[in-house]
Amino acid sequence: MKWLFSHRLPVAEMTIDIRSEAFNPWTEIQSYQSAQLPAGKYGATASFIGTMRDFNEGDGVQAMTLEHYPGMTENYLTKICNEAMQRWDIIDCLIIHRVGKVEPNDPIVLTVVWSAHRGAAFDACRYLMEELKSRAPFWKKESLASGERWVEKNSPG
Amino acid sequence: MTISVRFFASLRELVGSSEASLEPTDPLTVQQVWSNTCTIAMPDNTLCAINMEYVDLSQAVKDGDEVAFFPPVTGG
Repeated sequence: MKWLFSHRLPVAEMTIDIRSEAFNPWTEIQSYQSAQLPAGKYGATASFIGTMRDFNEGDGVQAMTLEHYPGMTENYLTKICNEAMQRWDIIDCLIIHRVGKVEPNDPIVLTVVWSAHRGAAFDACRYLMEELKSRAPFWKKESLASGERWVEKNSPG
Repeated sequence: MTISVRFFASLRELVGSSEASLEPTDPLTVQQVWSNTCTIAMPDNTLCAINMEYVDLSQAVKDGDEVAFFPPVTGG
């Protein structure tokens, strides 16, 4: 029976990180993968990076302020990572999300999923992003030349 | 009982406050927490949570609960 365990993947892990400072998603992926992932066990890394646009609803947007519900936001992101781990055979997932003031071209969100094969990583990464966009308590307020406005709904995808 | 109430994002600005406290003597639902706290009508698309978990407006609150009201979420 020993061979069964020699190929078992480690228990799935996750990291949720709400940041009030700018981050570089590329170096985050690299450093997290080096520090946290079991070398040789993952064959697929799927990532999504959401970046601030300088336009929305036909208007130029100069900056945005992101707000969250401390505690509930982290709980909700943990919940969807747990759901993804139940549903797909994944090894690890990482979500970093900005709060505070962001400017065009700043990364807002990074979602990364590692798995042995590509299907689970792609599907779980998409799942995490769609769940985050539809239910995780974050809110955006845009700064326009004409003043400020709350974003009332997310784009359909 | 004591209920703490929180408002986020556009609802905070609409209500004019980020938090409130209630000490009701009778059982209340989340909907009634709003009407006992706010002078304005609740916007149709309002979301609510008790102790950081999504709930329906008909959910009853308990002593010590934190009830939160917020607009549709726009993260990511």
